[in-house]
Amino acid sequence: MNRADLQVDGDGRLRHFLTVEGLHRDLLVEILDTAESFLGVVEQSVKKVPLLRGKTIVNLFFEASTRTRTTFELAAKRLSADVLNIHVDASATIKGETLLDTLRNLEAMHCDMFVVRHADSGTAHFFAQHAAPHVSVINAGDGRHAHPTQALLDMLTIRRHKGDFGRLRVVIVGDILHSRVARSQIHALNILGAGEVRVVAPRTLLPVQAHTLGVHVFHDLEAGIRDADVIIMLRLQRERMRGALLPSAHEYFRLYGLTAQRLGLAHPDAIVMHPGPINRGVEMDSQVADGAHSVILEQVHYGIAVRMAVMSLAMRRRLPGAEVREQEAG
Amino acid sequence: MSAPAAGNAGGAVGVAITGGRVIDPANGIDGPHDLFLHAGRVAALDRPPPGFRAEREIDARGKVVCPGIVDLCARMREPGHEHKATIASETAAAVRAGITTLCCPPDTDPVIDTPAVVELIRRRSGQCGAARVFAVGALTQGLGGSQLSEMAALKSAGCVAVSNALAPLSGMLILRRALEYAATFDLTVFLHPEDPALQDGGCVHEGVVATRLGLPGIPEAAETAAVAASLALIEQTGARAHFCRLSTARAVRMVARARHDGIPVTADVCAHQLFLTETDVGGFDGLYHVRPPLRTTGDRDGLRAGLAKGTLDAVCSDHQPHEADAKLAPFPATAPGISALETLLPLTLRLVGEGVLDLPAALARLTCGPARILGLPFGTLSLGASADVCVFDPERHWRLEEGEMLSRGHNTPFLGWEFTGRVSHTLVGGRLVYEAPA
Repeated sequence: MNRADLQVDGDGRLRHFLTVEGLHRDLLVEILDTAESFLGVVEQSVKKVPLLRGKTIVNLFFEASTRTRTTFELAAKRLSADVLNIHVDASATIKGETLLDTLRNLEAMHCDMFVVRHADSGTAHFFAQHAAPHVSVINAGDGRHAHPTQALLDMLTIRRHKGDFGRLRVVIVGDILHSRVARSQIHALNILGAGEVRVVAPRTLLPVQAHTLGVHVFHDLEAGIRDADVIIMLRLQRERMRGALLPSAHEYFRLYGLTAQRLGLAHPDAIVMHPGPINRGVEMDSQVADGAHSVILEQVHYGIAVRMAVMSLAMRRRLPGAEVREQEAG
Repeated sequence: MSAPAAGNAGGAVGVAITGGRVIDPANGIDGPHDLFLHAGRVAALDRPPPGFRAEREIDARGKVVCPGIVDLCARMREPGHEHKATIASETAAAVRAGITTLCCPPDTDPVIDTPAVVELIRRRSGQCGAARVFAVGALTQGLGGSQLSEMAALKSAGCVAVSNALAPLSGMLILRRALEYAATFDLTVFLHPEDPALQDGGCVHEGVVATRLGLPGIPEAAETAAVAASLALIEQTGARAHFCRLSTARAVRMVARARHDGIPVTADVCAHQLFLTETDVGGFDGLYHVRPPLRTTGDRDGLRAGLAKGTLDAVCSDHQPHEADAKLAPFPATAPGISALETLLPLTLRLVGEGVLDLPAALARLTCGPARILGLPFGTLSLGASADVCVFDPERHWRLEEGEMLSRGHNTPFLGWEFTGRVSHTLVGGRLVYEAPA
């Protein structure tokens, strides 16, 4: 089955949210617009809307996560859904329960949506392929493949600061090879029509034939960030510094760390983003992380609204009255 | 050579296969002939031998009559993994597909590193009475990669070659010693060229699809580096070695060059590598998870060219039946391998249809080619040879349906594919072991 077909129903509406790749521009814009509308909710004193009342959402995390799981949980609660957080560590695997058993058991408890994170690329697709027809699957990160809600919260951040994508030069710096965030960002930027997408990394942290993702490849940070409007710094996992990929954190920062001086090469209004958590002194120095160009904390804030948008859109086709409204609209 | 008998009741019966197009690549025969089998052997072509009495006559008009297919690599999962398949289930699937001789790699449980396991496989396959099954012995004890196996004993027990299957060797020194020791007993070493360090936990070809899907990749150099290192040792030791399952065009060229330089090395390819590429993995479908991985269209074309030129001596199935659960997981967590016995001849015939090579050459890669690698007297219709025969209708259209598979493993990406050419009769040692329903 075509992967894009898996995500949308016959009318082009969101069914699962697994990857940005292959989605229509209008759908991405709809998610961003919906997220904008939820930003108000988040700022109210009573931070809830009753959209998903009576629905049960399961956060099914096979990999440790604080930030992503928390924002998904908050997003679900602000939509008035009931939330179940399940962290599945190795113990369930040791007991011999397969992923499919886990899925079937939770389905039997009449859960409506699964938010899945797993270390294997393709896990969200696997869940979506095997889920019951009434269940939606949201990818909260699968291996190195995709992290679509993170990418869209980044797009919302960029749009709120820069408006139109067409003229933007966006630079993604760091470990592209292992980054599901970068892959989803690149797809989103290209679908939304960004003027130019660049990646900057040493060759050990780039996938082979990286240009086929739709990016211009740079190995030199100073050349790569010249005149950039948006600079996205990726997190460098500690374990990458111990193997054969990089000699040391010191050399990485010297070559690829974002400093105030290097930031001066970018457009004067450039914004600096990071999916978090930051390794200060590895990806960027504190002066930049906490400086005027940094929008890192806004990203976290928008993350809740984007996840509310994705959850409500994926459930829309199943909300009471959805049929009636469609008939009226049609 | 202690060839395992594949049941011999009825071996003395005379069989006449008449009116077919007989293709025997080993002897350069291709034309309309009647074939006479007697006492389990090929007795005569065109005229029955004196005193011949046909107990059975097979009307082969409109059909091709060729030697039974010799498959260099088919896992039957016995002993040790009977929940996936058994020798009984897989040999039945083999003979329906025209395969009369199968080689079983040593990664059973227990590993084929003692004569007892070889004997067990021989006895089980003898009881089944379908295809002949030969064991490939382990190159190292327990396939552990560091201690040589008792190769002399394995050879005496009937192993046709030694191999470490897909398990890594601990280093170049053990490979050198294994080649030397195997050469002492004139045993062929089957090598699976994959450098374990460069393989680095990958599950797909390191290329554009791996880049897009974020799946860990296995670079081309995992294969070519292993081929280069092995060739250096093969040349130095003078051992007889065979490269299994080449997947890259560059490795094929390296083997061709080595042969040009006089190194007596052979190589094979599995049928699915001649059709599928990395793009087939695009939907995270675990049925396309194989090892070595599916590579680029350039590699597929290079493998096809190598097959046409004869650098690749054989096409094998690399049959790996699995239970359904083995493929019900996210792609990297699925077990690699395809249940492939039933598509070996159909895919090879498809190459003929696509103009890659002609029918006699294609059949050579399935019969005398692999038999020569093994040093076995099969894969030919020479007078006096064992009467292992495959009769197929080259015009018969059919579709691979899951419910009709005989293999216990239904894990094949070729379900729903349309094929032309289907086996109607299979004989092993002159005995009819499969006949298609009329």
